[in-house]
Amino acid sequence: MLDPLGADTQGAAIISVRDVEKTYGSGAGRFDALRGVSLDIREGESLAIVGKSGSGKSTLMHVLALLDEPTAGTVLLDRRNAKELRSSELNRARNKTFGFVFQQFFLTPTQTVLENVMLPLTIAGMPNRARRAQAMAALEQLELADKAKNKATDLSGGQKQRVVIARALVNHPRIIFADEPTGNLDTATGRTVEDILFTLNREQGITLVIVTHDDDLAARCDRRIQIQDGRILEEATR
Amino acid sequence: MKTIDLVRTGVRNTFRSRARTTLTVLAIFVGAFTLTITSGLGTGINRYIDDTVAAIGGGDVLTVTKVADEDFDPTDTSPQEYDPNAVTTGDGIARTSIEMMTQDDLDAIGDVDDILDVEPITPAQVDYVSHDDGTRYTATVSALTPGQTVQTTAGAEPENGTTQFQISLPPTYVEPLGFDDDTDAIGATLTIAVTDGAFEQHTVDAEIVGVTEETLAGPGGASLIANQALQDELVTLQSTGLPDDQLDQWAQATATFDPELTPDEVDALKEGLADEGFSGTTTADTLGAFTTVIDTIVLILNAFAGIALLAAGFGIVNTLLMSVQERTREIGLMKAMGMSSGRVFGLFSIEAVFIGFLGSAIGVITAMIVGTAVSGLLAGALLANLPGLTLIAFDPITIGVTILVIMAVAFLAGTLPAARAARKDPVDALRYE
Repeated sequence: MLDPLGADTQGAAIISVRDVEKTYGSGAGRFDALRGVSLDIREGESLAIVGKSGSGKSTLMHVLALLDEPTAGTVLLDRRNAKELRSSELNRARNKTFGFVFQQFFLTPTQTVLENVMLPLTIAGMPNRARRAQAMAALEQLELADKAKNKATDLSGGQKQRVVIARALVNHPRIIFADEPTGNLDTATGRTVEDILFTLNREQGITLVIVTHDDDLAARCDRRIQIQDGRILEEATR
Repeated sequence: MKTIDLVRTGVRNTFRSRARTTLTVLAIFVGAFTLTITSGLGTGINRYIDDTVAAIGGGDVLTVTKVADEDFDPTDTSPQEYDPNAVTTGDGIARTSIEMMTQDDLDAIGDVDDILDVEPITPAQVDYVSHDDGTRYTATVSALTPGQTVQTTAGAEPENGTTQFQISLPPTYVEPLGFDDDTDAIGATLTIAVTDGAFEQHTVDAEIVGVTEETLAGPGGASLIANQALQDELVTLQSTGLPDDQLDQWAQATATFDPELTPDEVDALKEGLADEGFSGTTTADTLGAFTTVIDTIVLILNAFAGIALLAAGFGIVNTLLMSVQERTREIGLMKAMGMSSGRVFGLFSIEAVFIGFLGSAIGVITAMIVGTAVSGLLAGALLANLPGLTLIAFDPITIGVTILVIMAVAFLAGTLPAARAARKDPVDALRYE
């Protein structure tokens, strides 16, 4: 497959973006978040997108995760143009292909830990018993089985982020997108969360896309992309 | 998301902000309560009218009179030309003029399309009634026409299928005739006196089988009701010795028609009678104006309840808009995880409908309890003179419809917030702080 970046093409690209631009507003309030980005995400790699705040790295992640539509350029999911996906296919892709880890956790406070973890399975329409079992398995993997019945708000920051990771991987996604996954955690806890993510990448082959401004975290990834003013400034492979 | 999970989640979300939900439910409660009470009034009063209608006559019976003068103007108070066959009833504005009917007239009525049967109405002119040679009282005695029924407080209504003479009393006759109470009168013998054409008085003994309930428009108001056998006997006695030309003349007749006829067909039937020079009125005509007034009043009351519900609907809009605002991030998360806009819409709609259901169910049940208690109290006090009237009555269909209508209103109120939630862009929603 054609690769304008000249990177190696050993792993098949799950997601490719070509000349992606994203503009918010118009006239004097116009803001170009992305100004022509091309990138491939390969099966099984770990990729760090780094940059200062306002550089467009979050916007790029949203475009990659098919949460946001670019103003120009194409996004390919398994070589299919995302624009051509029907909304049901798009929802299926979001549900089955991607898992999300957010800095602010986004846990529903009134629900139990188990219910929070089950959410992607509930949305997918899995029967109650099966989704409970699968969510419990994910919690066990993250050593949180004993917290299953707790309210999500009763947990520490590190525990919350582990619950979020359990929710991200409960549906066996191919890619986990992590937006500043350690941003709200202290160094030691952050380290643990990082270890969990890289273990998933290594042992289960889940592709990892991490948006961060933490250079140490970025350095642990196979590949890092520096974003500045909506463009790829430099790309480095470990 | 499966529908059952959607419903479960929606219902659970309703309770997340308890105070807000409670207040909104309360607003709907007020509307539902009012609507149930007002439509309960309509049901109660109309049911009473229906019972009264059954007493006045069946739905398939016309009371037919012969119109004396086609050009007769009931509002004309100037003297009328003498007509030996005409009977003028009423006075002033209510005056009507009818002509006595003969067997030929009855045959003519019977020949009109859709008329199944014609029976002349023969009133019995009773001199007095008495019990056990006690005080003699004047009375009017009438028989039940086909389809008529009466409500009794004791005993049963006179039976037409028997050759025994049976009669029922209105409650006002019970004590004057010397009975302790309604039950005491049952089975006793009543002596009825009539005078024949030769001015000779005859007496007939009949068994008292029932005491009728006083109703708004019972047969003959306070008249005694004889069964067919007794009525025939009284008429035969009073007709004895009458000159032939005065026999077989009737002021009124009852015509039975096919009960399957539609209201339009009944109107056509009445026109057919009018063409022959007869005037026919159904029970519905007699009570038509009355029911219209009741229905209008109930409609106005329901409109007030509707206004209360409208206000409650805005309460739902407000509550859900706040919920959508509060849960923006949650909505974004669900959409990021592949929940379709339709399901997000459904989730908030279910919340709206559930709030509507809670308010209406609680309101309706409370209204039923309160309404039953109130009409029970009133029946014993204020409305004691209208026995048989349950002021506020409930029927399952109206109740069910009330709840469904309120849930539909709630759904409509929920569409705006739900659509707003469904339209949310996952990225904007997740960025929202």
